Amino acid sequence: MHSGRRVGLFVTCLVDMMRPRIGFAALKLLEGAGFEVVVPATQTCCGQPGWNSGERTSARALAEKLIGEFEDCDYLVAPSGSCSGMIKTHYPALFAGEGAWLARVEALAAKSWELTDFLLNVARLELPPGRFSGTITYHDSCAGLRELGIKQQPRRLLAKMPGVTLTEMKDSEICCGFGGTFSIKFGEISAAMAETKCENIAASGAGTVVLGDLGCMLNIEGRLRRRGDETTRVLHVAELLAGESD
Amino acid sequence: MRNQSMQFKARAHSALADVRLQSVLKRFGSGFADKRAAAREAYGADAFEALRDASAAIRDRGLANLDAWLLRFEQEATRRGATVLWAKDTAEIRCHVLEICARHGVKKAIKSKSMVSEEAGLNEALEANGVTPVETDLGEYIIQLAKEAPSHIIAPAIHKDKEQVSDLFAEHHHRPRLTDTEALTREAREMLRGHFLSADLGISGGNFLVAETGSVAIVTNEGNGRMVTTLPKVHVAITGIEKVIPTLEDLSTLNRVLPRSATGQEIENYFTIVTGARREGDLDGPEHMYVILVDAGRTRLVGSDMQEMLRCIRCGACMNHCPVFQTVGGHAYGWVYPGPMGSVLTPVYEGIENALDLPQAATLCGACEVACPVKIPLPELLRKLRERQMQAGLRPWRERAGFRIWAFAAKRPRLYALATRVAVRVLKLMGGAKGRISRLPLGSGWTLGRDMPAPEGRSFRELYAARRAGSGK
Repeated sequence: MHSGRRVGLFVTCLVDMMRPRIGFAALKLLEGAGFEVVVPATQTCCGQPGWNSGERTSARALAEKLIGEFEDCDYLVAPSGSCSGMIKTHYPALFAGEGAWLARVEALAAKSWELTDFLLNVARLELPPGRFSGTITYHDSCAGLRELGIKQQPRRLLAKMPGVTLTEMKDSEICCGFGGTFSIKFGEISAAMAETKCENIAASGAGTVVLGDLGCMLNIEGRLRRRGDETTRVLHVAELLAGESD
Repeated sequence: MRNQSMQFKARAHSALADVRLQSVLKRFGSGFADKRAAAREAYGADAFEALRDASAAIRDRGLANLDAWLLRFEQEATRRGATVLWAKDTAEIRCHVLEICARHGVKKAIKSKSMVSEEAGLNEALEANGVTPVETDLGEYIIQLAKEAPSHIIAPAIHKDKEQVSDLFAEHHHRPRLTDTEALTREAREMLRGHFLSADLGISGGNFLVAETGSVAIVTNEGNGRMVTTLPKVHVAITGIEKVIPTLEDLSTLNRVLPRSATGQEIENYFTIVTGARREGDLDGPEHMYVILVDAGRTRLVGSDMQEMLRCIRCGACMNHCPVFQTVGGHAYGWVYPGPMGSVLTPVYEGIENALDLPQAATLCGACEVACPVKIPLPELLRKLRERQMQAGLRPWRERAGFRIWAFAAKRPRLYALATRVAVRVLKLMGGAKGRISRLPLGSGWTLGRDMPAPEGRSFRELYAARRAGSGK
């Protein structure tokens, strides 16, 4: 366990562009938990799009850049299981067999955390500042769930919020159909998978679906609206925990 | 079998538009996956994970010295009266089987399930040479009547509903149309009985080859495998060279993990170990036994960075857990093997340039890897195939250019900040009052079936910089 209190917040490219308020929610939660939070201004993307598409050169260049930006922090925290999974589980593969780089990569991977995992297991957050009243259902993002074991962390944090009632949807662990560039290359299949997810969300009876990754968020919200659902809210777990959901 | 995986998108489109198929897929849904989960629970979750580790290790042990184990198998099988033949490609499989048919004057061949025979298009070859092939696995029998290919490696007719089976049986059996599942099964059984008794040749696959005894192990649920391997005077087992395992002890471990992973059964109804032809004093068994050991692309994986794929024991767990497979069904994949394992095997066996969509047609959600009884890192293998496509220049120029532009900008924070600053404003405008975009010029794949929620209008980095400036930090 690291003793320092300096957290580097990796906002992620999608939060930066699409939902800045999630970045501020993460900032509020981390600062509220007593950490010094730095947000390296030069950060962009972790390189996952290239890595998943077989474009190793760009993935590699962006990984090197990110390592340089965050390795002097005590922790790297990201409001995304997907980007954290990239850093923790795929960076080592990206630099396999390169002694000097690999040592830096492994050091960074060891101190990289997905936000809810960090809040629960490092920050030991007791009382999330958010106020929310209503029934939610939780969608487990694939990378967070299967690469990092993010399952109970968000649920246990949400359980600390008195107004939150969690009702599990059917197949919460099944992919929503996003899959990065898959959503564009195979839009029809991707949308059909999103539709199945939306049916399960609707059947859960919850008014709000909560999740921890932007890709799933855009996909699920986009499909909900297209199928005419104007009311079900789609929130990132950080927004709910921080009370930045309005 | 003709490879149509280059038409994956069109085939998936048809599958999505097929109301009947969609209803079957929805009903099938997570059925096998739920049964596997229950079987894992009953076995003990930790013990089951240990069993997966042990199974992967056994497969790796066999593959590490594949040549030696195969020769040992050949030696032991030959010693026990079987004839071992080698097929370097699917044409050689057809050649061997047709030669055997000619040698023994075969007119009718009964078959138990064999996916390798699908690779070879064996039924068509037999028919063209005057031999009638009869599939005896119920699912295979159904799709043989329908003149279709299997859509799932262990449940080949999973894409058909009961009504379709009723129609098929009535049409081909020339009997009154039945609707009760049990009655339909009984009728198929009656029809097959005559074939079992009149066939000159039995063709089976092989789930495992046991090197130390020269045995072929076959698992079935209907008992047809046992009939195929014992009733006709000649038995031919056709299987891939990667199926060899060192010992009977190994077989016992793998046979604990296979049925649980496939159908959630503790043990399949019939487990047959065939060792050589009938000997003096044996009560049954074929007079002649042949084993055809098939390469057909497998050695290309040996020693490569994708060798793990050869661990595959054909249980179907990866497709049972694959949300893409569950959405489009097996026929969309266009060749013998569908789902995640097929998306790796098809490009490897049929040529990477002949299956461009398959490695891409996955969300890399990882459900397959978690379910795989021999821990094949399927998402990682799909990713490697994507890398090979990229290196070979097999991706569209727009995709390659897109990544280059993205990476060029993302490596240059000031350019990136400027570009995203413009992008989020444009997208915000496009989103209008409702805050969502229903048509994206470069992302029609996305907006075909869903909206794109519009961004807030300013990027985090802008807002954060403004906040820091405001607070004087």
